[in-house]
Amino acid sequence: MISIIALGLLVIALVITVNAIVTGVFAARNGSALTLESSRRAALAVFPLLTGVLVCLLILLFTGRFEYAYVYQTTEVDMPFYLKVAALWGGQEGSLLFWCWLLSGFSFIALVRQWKRDRDLMPWVIVVTMFTLLFFLVLVLFFENPFNRYYITMDGQVMSALFSTGFTLLADPSNGMGLNPLLRHFGMVIHPPTLYLGFTGFVIPFAYAIASLIKGRTDDHWIRATRKWSLAAWLFLSAGLVLGSRWAYDVLGWGGYWGWDAVEISALMPWLTGTAYLHSMMMQEKRGLFKHWNIALIILTFCLVILGTFLTRSGLLSSVHAFSESAIGPAFFVFITIVFIASLVLLIWRWSSLGSAYPVKSFFSREGLFLFNNLLFVAIFLICLTGVLFPIFSELFTGQQVTVGPPFYRRSTGPLFGLLFLLMGIVPLSAWGTSTAKRLNSEIWKPAVVSLTFPLAAILLGVRQWGGALGIWLVGLVICVTLFDYARSVGVSARNNHEPWWKAFNRLTSRNRRRYGGYIIHLGIVLMGLGIIGIEFFQSETQATLAPEQSIDFAGYNLTYKGLSVQDNVEGREAARAYIDVSKGSRNLGTITPRHDFYYTAEQTVTLPGLRSTLKDDLYIILVDWMPISSDGATFKIFHNPLIKWLWIGSIVLMLGTLVAMWPDPERKTAALEVKAGV
Amino acid sequence: MNKHSKLIGILFGLVLIACLPSVVLAQDATPISPVTDDLVNAVAHDLYCPVCENIPLDVCPTQACAQWRALIREKLELGWSTSQINDFFAEQYGEKVLSVPSARGFNWALYILPPVIIISLISIGVLVAYLLVRRFKQKPGSIPQAPTSVTTEVLDEIEQDLQKER
Repeated sequence: MISIIALGLLVIALVITVNAIVTGVFAARNGSALTLESSRRAALAVFPLLTGVLVCLLILLFTGRFEYAYVYQTTEVDMPFYLKVAALWGGQEGSLLFWCWLLSGFSFIALVRQWKRDRDLMPWVIVVTMFTLLFFLVLVLFFENPFNRYYITMDGQVMSALFSTGFTLLADPSNGMGLNPLLRHFGMVIHPPTLYLGFTGFVIPFAYAIASLIKGRTDDHWIRATRKWSLAAWLFLSAGLVLGSRWAYDVLGWGGYWGWDAVEISALMPWLTGTAYLHSMMMQEKRGLFKHWNIALIILTFCLVILGTFLTRSGLLSSVHAFSESAIGPAFFVFITIVFIASLVLLIWRWSSLGSAYPVKSFFSREGLFLFNNLLFVAIFLICLTGVLFPIFSELFTGQQVTVGPPFYRRSTGPLFGLLFLLMGIVPLSAWGTSTAKRLNSEIWKPAVVSLTFPLAAILLGVRQWGGALGIWLVGLVICVTLFDYARSVGVSARNNHEPWWKAFNRLTSRNRRRYGGYIIHLGIVLMGLGIIGIEFFQSETQATLAPEQSIDFAGYNLTYKGLSVQDNVEGREAARAYIDVSKGSRNLGTITPRHDFYYTAEQTVTLPGLRSTLKDDLYIILVDWMPISSDGATFKIFHNPLIKWLWIGSIVLMLGTLVAMWPDPERKTAALEVKAGV
Repeated sequence: MNKHSKLIGILFGLVLIACLPSVVLAQDATPISPVTDDLVNAVAHDLYCPVCENIPLDVCPTQACAQWRALIREKLELGWSTSQINDFFAEQYGEKVLSVPSARGFNWALYILPPVIIISLISIGVLVAYLLVRRFKQKPGSIPQAPTSVTTEVLDEIEQDLQKER
């Protein structure tokens, strides 16, 4: 019954989506307010309908209806509640439905919040968002339906179908396979939805950009109207990437946080172009520059969101993060092609009217430096794209399967990230319009000199790698420049307004949240950079087989293997846990407990590292193997990851900074209220 | 170009030059005796499990990968170098086991494209910036001023500039 209701709601949602598109096009062409209202109502109705579908699937997951293929594949009786929630996006079909729901939710909010202000653009905004939604709804309904059930045919075969066909019996399994053991981590409850929020969030700026192109509006209204959408999408995408990294660090058990896996890069690519766009849109807002470029960037970002979804789900790429191979690849390919070509044609059509008469007055002006910032982001993106697509083209043209792994990306993108950090250190001191090298030099030399204390301190502490020292200097430069500029502004404001510095700080930040939110984001990025430099340049590892009570000295720590306990059938798994006492000198630092879980149903092993984490370093231990009967002991892989905690701290700072930047300035809020009140 | 432009140029140049060696340095190792787990893992780190999904051989927990690591140990004990072991694995299980394809034939594209991308984009950036700046320098009066809404940010900047003048 539940599935019948869900399918009914899905079909109605599909029909209504088509209706919203058709009436949206008509309303845009003939300007009929009635038709437009019909389109709007249709678009609004999709969200509650899909919420109903989602609730139906959740009921099936919670109540353990294992005759449904999706429920069988992603849950089992003993699974904790939060993992049953995570099962909603733990498989291909559910995650596609979740995508649709988020997309319809974003469209709903945009239509409710921005209807009156952007009425002229709305018909095309509805058409674009609903067209995207239609594509995903078609996938859910006809290709990857989460409401398929298992049937047993006359010859004993098990088939998955929506309805019984001919002589079949409905299967009735008593338990399911359970969620993939690798996904049974609290991070997985929030990582996919966060990432999807980031992905789907970019639909709204894209829809506005396309609507502006179709309407022939050459102003920057679409950018201003969707600034917060872009920031929110970027925030969620950033959070999704970081949560994914944390999950990899905690669950995949290889000592790192980022493996330059194709699926990881697929999520990174829209983040790179999205970040370029967030910088570039300021050039249009402040200086009326690079209108073509901004539209191209948002088109690219949206297409990369779809490309990433396609690559993850088509089976084209092999990855620990990818969904199983599916038949939806060709459909995705057609959709991306249509979206990309249609957007490009629109951009070319409006090319001449988007020209800017405003000049860049100096290479060293903020807009001049932003141009290079954008090109660096695009260069990193193109290199990532090359690495991701190369195995596909290699197999296509030569029949040879190849892997493009971390060494390629590190060597190719490392220097570019270094240059981006350098720009991050310089740009805050440049001014819009006329800014000369002389002025820039006079501003930068003080923080630059102070920043040299960072690598010097690192060298004194024993750092001997030039790359690491250089990275630490760049981190120091950005921190010094940001704090220097912040402190100087606070000082000026405090003197001019005769107020204490903390009041000036508060006033300055609250009056210009965008600028200072950006500074906080930069600080977050450099703290993350510090963590990345720590693990990339200074990580050390060793492997050792230890008998009980045997010790090993590593990275200044003394580790003593105390023993191992094996617990059978804990939540459907055998859990082996090793106990290692950690000490430094005479100080006992506690016990680290790496784990090795074997899941019976999935017949899969998960290696969970034991971790001791401080601001200075992480001691990360993996239980590789053990001898349960003999006294040979156990084999451990031990990683020393300096500074990695700063990666997680930096990501929190980045998110706070984004929230500060998104928060409305009080003056603008007052102005908006005044406009509303007709003052 | 005045001396200030040069200084900033030098700053950029230094970072670029300092970063370059990471692009060209090849990683190779010569056999060291005795063969430790760490040495085996160092070689296995740049090889990929031929069976599992994109998992480096040094951390793959499957039995097959444990056997391949044992094979690496054997080869190292025989005095093979890292590149010889890599070639052996590539020959046995295909190029897919290498973390980066070997530089030959179609694979050259992977080595050539990143520098081409970087050089092209930097050239485009310099050209665009040059053309835009030249347009301003040729006819500064005839070009409309960019819109500058008087936001608090602008006011703050003006405030700072004034402060410096004082």
